[in-house]
Amino acid sequence: MILEAKGISFGYKKGLNIFENFDIKMHSHERVGIAAPSGFGKTTLCQILSGYIKPASGQVLLDGEDIYSIKGYCPVQMIYQHPKKSVNPRLRMQDVIAEGDGIEDRIIEGLGIERDWFNRFPSELSGGELQRFCIARALGKRTKFLIADEISTMLDLITQSQIWNFLLQEVAERKIGLIVITHSTPLMERLATRQVILNSQSVKDNAE
Amino acid sequence: MDKKYILKIKNLSVSFTKYEQGLRQTELDVIRNLNVSVREGELVAVVGSSGSGKSLLAHAMLGILPHNCSAKGNILFEDELLCPERIKKLRGKKIVLVPQSVTYLDPLEKVGKQVRRERSDASVRIKQEELFDYYKLPQNTADLYPFELSGGMARRVLLTTAMMESPRLIIADEPTPGLHLDAAKKAMRHFREFADQGNGVLLITHDIELALEVADRIAVFYAGTTVEEAPVADFQSVNTLRHPYTKALWRALPQNGFHPFPGNQTYVKDMPSGCAFGPRCPQLTPECKGDIKEKTIRFGTVRCIHAV
Repeated sequence: MILEAKGISFGYKKGLNIFENFDIKMHSHERVGIAAPSGFGKTTLCQILSGYIKPASGQVLLDGEDIYSIKGYCPVQMIYQHPKKSVNPRLRMQDVIAEGDGIEDRIIEGLGIERDWFNRFPSELSGGELQRFCIARALGKRTKFLIADEISTMLDLITQSQIWNFLLQEVAERKIGLIVITHSTPLMERLATRQVILNSQSVKDNAE
Repeated sequence: MDKKYILKIKNLSVSFTKYEQGLRQTELDVIRNLNVSVREGELVAVVGSSGSGKSLLAHAMLGILPHNCSAKGNILFEDELLCPERIKKLRGKKIVLVPQSVTYLDPLEKVGKQVRRERSDASVRIKQEELFDYYKLPQNTADLYPFELSGGMARRVLLTTAMMESPRLIIADEPTPGLHLDAAKKAMRHFREFADQGNGVLLITHDIELALEVADRIAVFYAGTTVEEAPVADFQSVNTLRHPYTKALWRALPQNGFHPFPGNQTYVKDMPSGCAFGPRCPQLTPECKGDIKEKTIRFGTVRCIHAV
């Protein structure tokens, strides 16, 4: 499968676009790392690629089909940096997992999620434990691309390597395309098969 | 080694009182027998995993623990006991906190005004502008509200807020996640310079790589206690480290093998007697269930009976 963004422009304020004519194309056997300074709009870019935000112009295509015309489960899934902000605080963890697309027990075990945690609310888990649930939730049966936006920034090293070692194995087995965003160069070198470096020169300011 | 101590924490324990069922209360020891010290000119990093009680350590020092929390042990600031009255006078002036979460900013007040703490004298304004320049924040950031900032910018705003006063000790609670590497290093350089001027910095973080770049000593925190305290140089090789947990951390670095050490940190309520790392430790023996004393090996301390 191919995920492609064609000529994407987007801005939160009128006349002030944070990107202009942005293109990216990737295959599902690739692991693409994206690096850019803070405030660039990396998270916004991820949200556009995974269909959460509609760009002002341009298209996101999945095998040539516009991602906004896909009905039902979106094959492009995004994992956010802050797990606390991406779960419903009033759902027990078993219901959070049920939001995903038929999450297999293999994934739950592989991520080191303990059965004991299922009955808890998000506030009763640490950031690392919660992030495991968010990752599991994104690994539904119909997931074809995974966008990981600084998913291990808040975690300690051991949790980080546990989670990534599992994810690398999982995306390789299921041929899921991976987009990784991280500030850490050694981590990027471990994870990405190809890197895209964005800087402020590629950001155009229409207001000036 | 005869430099004056700015901060000395001896046998600090913090516990939560929690209702179990009905009116039955239990005490949860979240931090146990923690020892950390910061001398003049030193930057000491406390490195530990999420949920190990790191933020509570900062809050205990500043006297801002939640009401169902109690702390035991001694905290000395400039050789004098830090009692609740004294901390009230010192915090925000001599001892400042750079908090972990960007939600510590007031959402209803413009950034510039918050950084200046509602003062409008020319000198305060100039200092704020200089600090904005230093952290590469555009001057018009002052007129924005916190929700208009990106994550990285918000963190830089928190840093400028701390630097506005002339503090003696900075407690930085996870100040860098979400900052890109250059900005993170720059923030660290600013902490380093601040320490080099004869002040102290206690950096609480999970980011060991960054700590290694700037700190003089690293205290490794696991399940509420310091398992090892070592000079930074010892982290160049796994062989000079003392505790099995520190070794596992080292091997988990992406550049040192990215080895996933199995298991999770034990919950406070299920904490075993003796060594907290015991349930995950490959070197576990029956003696590990006993009392583990802190011992000194090669200019560092460790809490492990098997350490050599």
